[in-house]
Amino acid sequence: MEFRRCRIKGRHRLRSAAGLLLALGLAGCRLDMHDQPRFKPLRMSDFYADLRSSRPLEPGTIARGELRSDSYFYTGMVNGNPGDEMPFPATKEVLERGRERFNIYCAPCHSRTGDGNGMIVQRGYRRPPSYHIDRLRNAPLGHFFDVITNGFGAMPDYAEQVPARDRWAIIAYIRALQLSQQAPLSIVPPAERDRMLSQPPPVPATPGSGATTPSGTTGQAPPEVKK
Amino acid sequence: MAQIFHRSTNTISRFTIFGALVVTALGLWTALQLERSPYTTFAGVARPQPVPFSHAHHVGGLGLDCRYCHTSVENSGFAGIPPTKTCMNCHSQIWTNAPMLEPVRQSFQTGQSLVWSRVNDLPDFVYFDHSIHINKGVGCDTCHGPVDRMPLMYNYASLQMEWCLDCHRRPEKYLRPRQQVFNMRYQQPDEFHPVEFNGQKYTGQDELGRALVKAYHLRTVQDITSCNTCHR
Repeated sequence: MEFRRCRIKGRHRLRSAAGLLLALGLAGCRLDMHDQPRFKPLRMSDFYADLRSSRPLEPGTIARGELRSDSYFYTGMVNGNPGDEMPFPATKEVLERGRERFNIYCAPCHSRTGDGNGMIVQRGYRRPPSYHIDRLRNAPLGHFFDVITNGFGAMPDYAEQVPARDRWAIIAYIRALQLSQQAPLSIVPPAERDRMLSQPPPVPATPGSGATTPSGTTGQAPPEVKK
Repeated sequence: MAQIFHRSTNTISRFTIFGALVVTALGLWTALQLERSPYTTFAGVARPQPVPFSHAHHVGGLGLDCRYCHTSVENSGFAGIPPTKTCMNCHSQIWTNAPMLEPVRQSFQTGQSLVWSRVNDLPDFVYFDHSIHINKGVGCDTCHGPVDRMPLMYNYASLQMEWCLDCHRRPEKYLRPRQQVFNMRYQQPDEFHPVEFNGQKYTGQDELGRALVKAYHLRTVQDITSCNTCHR
């Protein structure tokens, strides 16, 4: 009798120990700390009817440092007409920034040379005019700013994707592109001119041949990703 | 007195003693492998999405830059998932009747967000910032893999701490010049494909990495492997 009770007790102990171990093991599987009840950007929330934890801005909200007191900088307009001045000097850095941004946001349609034969156009989007026509060569800078900011014809606006300063940089680069397609030999420095004339003409890039590949790696076979 | 145990017990007991060790070791090893395997990390496993968006088509095929959609990656912690409007930049005119894109058109008309499932999901106790990595010369594909060849998005890396630390302990093994960060076809330098940086040609990742660490003012390994760099 005594012996049997003891065995039952032992079995109980064993069972509770196993239960404890299982509970501890399961506790290790909890992901409370992985998925904390807080909002990371764009995380879904059922607190709001539209399920967005990242709330759309109330109309009229002005972010710190974004009071648009310089209206020309944000509209490109002077008294309702497009202005023809850069709001800041177009330095080499600005042009390089402009080239980079142009190749990201504009080249898919306008192509890297600005002839309007980009990859998206080749896939069926309405073809934009080339930058190298008289109308656009003579268009004031503010016109380009207005088009990027508000869209024009088939072109959607890029106000959300490209901040104002980058829009101006892109415009400066468009001017450089326009010049590059019309540049007479006489404006090339003499030393460069000799070098250019002695070399075979460069092979023109295929328009829209890809906006991601920086120069220097084009033409290589796609390498295996090296780790 | 007769023997209680048969002679073969010697062999059996030896076998069980070593067997127990082997079984335990094997169990531990399996647990470790399982913890690192795609079963746990989902590495290489494509998730179902409301629209089967193909990076292979948009990046590899059309040549769109990462930043066309992920606009905030250079100056914010969050790379940014594009709003539906970005899709409609092109799809207002291309594939306008494709049934596959119906959720996109729905979302654009109603203003209701598309609900993508997150692929590269770090635990919430990890503080991660895209911009600092981009600006110090960590390429997109170093962590995200060959996205331009992914028809459906999957996480390339395990996203486990040992993986983070592998780079934080030896950043020079992975860094590249800033202007190559978004190049999905970047190759680390070798004898035949030198990489240019600051006007100098480098033929090995060792030298290039060391030069980049210096030029980009990387904090010391001690700093970037300290707990509160990532857990704050």
